[in-house]
Amino acid sequence: MKGKVWKYGDDVNTDVILPGRYLSNYDAKFLASHAMEDIDKEFAPNVKQGDIVVGGRNFGCGSSREQAATCLTAAGVQAVVAKSFARIFYRNAINLGLPVIQAPELVEKLQKGDEVELDMEKGTVKLMRTGESVAFKSLPPFIMELLRDGGLIPHLKKQMAEKKGISQP
Amino acid sequence: MPKGMTIAEAILARAGGKARVEPGEIVDAKVDRAMSHDNGALVAKHFAEIGVEKVWDKDRIVLLMDHRVPANDIKTAEGHKKIREFVAKQGIPNFFDIKEGICHQVFPEHGYALPGQLIVGTDSHTTTYGAVGAMSTGIGATEMAGVWATGSLWLMVPKSFKFNVKGKFPKGAYPKDLILKIIGDLKADGADYASCEFYGPAIDAMTVGGRMTICNMSMEMGAKSAICPPDKKVFDYLKGRAKGKYEPVYAAKDAAYEKTFDYDVSALEPMVAAPHTVDNVKPLKDVAGTKINQAIIGSCTNGRLEDLKEGAAILKGKTIYKDVRLIVAPASREVLLAAMKDGTMDIYVRAGAVVINPGCGPCLGAHEGIMAAGERCISSTNRNFKGRMGDPASEVYLASPAAVAASALEGAIADPRGYLK
Repeated sequence: MKGKVWKYGDDVNTDVILPGRYLSNYDAKFLASHAMEDIDKEFAPNVKQGDIVVGGRNFGCGSSREQAATCLTAAGVQAVVAKSFARIFYRNAINLGLPVIQAPELVEKLQKGDEVELDMEKGTVKLMRTGESVAFKSLPPFIMELLRDGGLIPHLKKQMAEKKGISQP
Repeated sequence: MPKGMTIAEAILARAGGKARVEPGEIVDAKVDRAMSHDNGALVAKHFAEIGVEKVWDKDRIVLLMDHRVPANDIKTAEGHKKIREFVAKQGIPNFFDIKEGICHQVFPEHGYALPGQLIVGTDSHTTTYGAVGAMSTGIGATEMAGVWATGSLWLMVPKSFKFNVKGKFPKGAYPKDLILKIIGDLKADGADYASCEFYGPAIDAMTVGGRMTICNMSMEMGAKSAICPPDKKVFDYLKGRAKGKYEPVYAAKDAAYEKTFDYDVSALEPMVAAPHTVDNVKPLKDVAGTKINQAIIGSCTNGRLEDLKEGAAILKGKTIYKDVRLIVAPASREVLLAAMKDGTMDIYVRAGAVVINPGCGPCLGAHEGIMAAGERCISSTNRNFKGRMGDPASEVYLASPAAVAASALEGAIADPRGYLK
């Protein structure tokens, strides 16, 4: 899927991804309308389905609020690429079906506004500006399965259904 | 011969049903306790989506409300209502409504945090319970819904860091200053995915509360968990509190640490984290005189009785600067009761402080002390991110309760040492 790059620096924390003042409303579209607003007022009104958020080191540090991942998926973000991730955001993103790609070299090559094509299954990002295709280290199989299922909740539902299927001959 | 295990490794091996584990290994771990606060409403929503009728073990779940108490708006009130309904439906006995205080204070006070246990919570500062020798870490609401359904989650065994801390804290320097100094050195991602273990005479001499401050804020350098080896102080603290038996876990003598850091607190001075990152740490004297509008003493980091007394010792018999708002938020009802009984609260109220109910209060910018653009606060809380406490154009400096109290007197960031005998 093709999308545009939104690029940020190091230590993008979850307070700026989704400010605390919006946390009590769980509506995903509402959260998306405030995504990134404390560091980038242009993001929420202009982000399109399939766009990619790119960060530096320690993306998603700070509060465990998973609304930071929810607001990005609801805004249409296809994946987050960063030099490194803070652990809670990393887990939240996967559990909500948002691919997270740790690839420092790729981050260096991407510029704000670049058009890219991401293939999670192949583990490649094609950079339209140069025509170059960059490979990244793919995620472990059980995480890829979680992402294919659309996150932890659908994954658990599937598992429970399978269990029931076995017990009912 | 394979090396022995660190505390985190030993706890994860036990929780994963394995004889030993290595850093990087993924274990399917059974959790001993699961904690959620106001965001329990979001967990309950996801739990319903999974389609399981009952939680895996109602006695192992602890629910409370602390972030926005009493409810600050209709959405919050709806969330609180959902939590109460969920608790009633599931028959969860370990539930605390809005009166009790902040999760990370209430959870240990009521004896749910025990040595050797694996604890998960839907709050990043869940690392706090390492102060009693537990491995505890923050997870998201969706993941917690999975825990409520299954009682387990996958965890990667973290690498472990060892901090050896020696020396005696000089006047005016506290555990808060030590952890700020460490975060300033290691930076916001210096302990990403790592379990930090704290040893040495300065840790041994520290109160359990001081250790809670250290373990709480280790999260701000990315730590997955932060643990102090449990000692007599911890066992004494747990007497009459502990919910159930526990087995302390210690590191093997030959345990392998990826990195070791040595600190000596003998020459430690008051520190601050300047806007807008927690790792932007400098000696307080570098920013002394910076005007402030607001000062806050409280939070899961520094809202315990010893913290309130630390500030009160400076404010006793004095009145705060006329243009400063001093907000005091005790970490729990137990703390508030003790602070009323020993006269600490009297000192604050007479000095001109606004005492608010036990809870997270203004720390996360939800209510009870939100700042306007251009305003500045010095706070004993744990985060100073842009927009954390209100308008994105406001500023937060983090410091010890003593430094906050001294600053409230002067209307500007001030060194507490001048007020200590």
